[in-house]
Amino acid sequence: MLKKNYKKQLPLHLMLVPGIILVFIYSYIPMVGSIMAFQKYIPSKGLFHSKWVGLKNFHYLFDMPDFYQVLWNTVFIAVLKIIFGLIVPIAVAILLNEIGKTLVKRWIQTLIYLPHFLSWVILGGVLIDILSPSNGLVNQFLGLFSIKPIFFLGDNNWFPFTIILSDIWKEFGFSTIVYLAALTTINPSLYEAAVIDGANRWKQTWSITLPGILPVIILMATLSLGNVLNAGFDQIFNLYSPLVYESGDILDTLIYRVGLIDAQYGVATALGLFKSLISFALVSISYWLAYKIADYRIF
Amino acid sequence: MVEGKSLGSKMFRVFNYTFLILLAVMCLIPLIHIFAVSLSSNVAASAGIVKLWPKDFTFKSYEFVLSKGEFLLSLWVTVKRVVLGTALSMFLSILIAYPLSKSGRELKFRTGYAWYFVFTILFSGGLIPWYMTIRSTGLLDSIWALIIPGAVPVFNVILLLNFYRGLPKELEEAAFVDGASHWKTLWRIYVPLSMPSIATIGLFTVVGHWNAWFDGLILMNSQDNYPLSSYLQTVIVQASLTNMSAEQLKNLATVSDRTVKAAQIFVGALPILAFYPFLQKYFVKGMVMGGVKE
Repeated sequence: MLKKNYKKQLPLHLMLVPGIILVFIYSYIPMVGSIMAFQKYIPSKGLFHSKWVGLKNFHYLFDMPDFYQVLWNTVFIAVLKIIFGLIVPIAVAILLNEIGKTLVKRWIQTLIYLPHFLSWVILGGVLIDILSPSNGLVNQFLGLFSIKPIFFLGDNNWFPFTIILSDIWKEFGFSTIVYLAALTTINPSLYEAAVIDGANRWKQTWSITLPGILPVIILMATLSLGNVLNAGFDQIFNLYSPLVYESGDILDTLIYRVGLIDAQYGVATALGLFKSLISFALVSISYWLAYKIADYRIF
Repeated sequence: MVEGKSLGSKMFRVFNYTFLILLAVMCLIPLIHIFAVSLSSNVAASAGIVKLWPKDFTFKSYEFVLSKGEFLLSLWVTVKRVVLGTALSMFLSILIAYPLSKSGRELKFRTGYAWYFVFTILFSGGLIPWYMTIRSTGLLDSIWALIIPGAVPVFNVILLLNFYRGLPKELEEAAFVDGASHWKTLWRIYVPLSMPSIATIGLFTVVGHWNAWFDGLILMNSQDNYPLSSYLQTVIVQASLTNMSAEQLKNLATVSDRTVKAAQIFVGALPILAFYPFLQKYFVKGMVMGGVKE
């Protein structure tokens, strides 16, 4: 019996082998490789022969004058993205739900999903063009109201908000999908009963619609907790310049410059490990909370 | 919601339609503008008089872009990575999701295997060790560097395994009674029934490969091996932002290659613009399955 069972299971184990090997090489070996954070890593010497320096890379990091500014920029941009990335799609989904299943609704949906599918290279190019202070479309439009040209991508007062707003613009539409799905599960007879009781539209939204999708809102909010240190490398890398390092440089862009431009591998890895460990704790907590509150399971 | 017939209710409907249509238009206008610039003459574009309709209509920018050797070379690299990368990723996702969709009784260590994969989305070694690993496996400067390291998309595996689990068990049992192996059951029963899900992750994978630019930028030493997105990153973004003074950056949009940049942006976006609307039905379903499964 046991042998038969084993024979039946063997193909299942075999199906996992290629995936296990690939993940081992390209995900688990780099995890082990992050011990180079404690080395003065030199590529020609490799992981085994580079000199161990203890916590020196971390000390160097925490003494860097930019480090705390970069950490603040990261958290500031990421947290605002999380907050508005929740509110805007919920509001738009509720408004979209008010329109019946019409052709107009389908067109609106198609259009607001569009920016999600384009890369930040493409959208970076688009934004650099339309946000230009000299003759970009946006500043020309603002000029109609006698507003002086704003240097959105080169002014430290504007840059973080340009980043946050353009990210919301890119993702709000796609994020409505889960809320729209949740809205369809609300029982229509609840609204009918509310109308008989004389509840107006606001009342209906507050006491039926929002409570109806609250579990999904809580789930999405919890899961987004893991992104507190993810301010969006792809976006910022394609929109920032030395002019706005002060307000727009984030952990990931700093890791890139220290590691791949300055070739200070040990320091960059230390910075990466710092970020990975905190993110790991946050993601674990968020999944655990999602499991406790919303009975969410990853698999 | 129940439609009211009062004045307030009518006013709300007018406001709501207007607002949502404006929102949708805002998602499209920047691209229409870029398209209009790409079809305008240099003079008109530099003068900043092109809005949403081309001025002095011309195909010159497109002719220039499509005759550039580097552009065509990088397009070819992208075509290769999309085809090979998607094929490999889809094959592995379909294959890995099947055993993981079984219960712990049907597959020993099932939970352990699942965590082995899921752990990689919770924790990563970071940029530098990842780069060093790819370097020491000798993939630098080869197309395989863009395909193999990311060949197991764990999110897609999870999405697919959740779909597999929703399939009726009876079908599988009937197949086993008829003497079908796991391999046959997977390809003859699971895969045909999972097409909505497979279309979703297929779309995500194709878009992901088409859009990926950072890996090409750092893993390819020679520009000849850049995929299109990496190439566009260097000619559209890097050329605009790196090492420029405030004054130069301000005048950026007035330099003469604005129309050429616009044409390149549009060509880079075109395949996606052409395909995603037709797959809307699928990715909406896929997102819902992946995001909220109750």
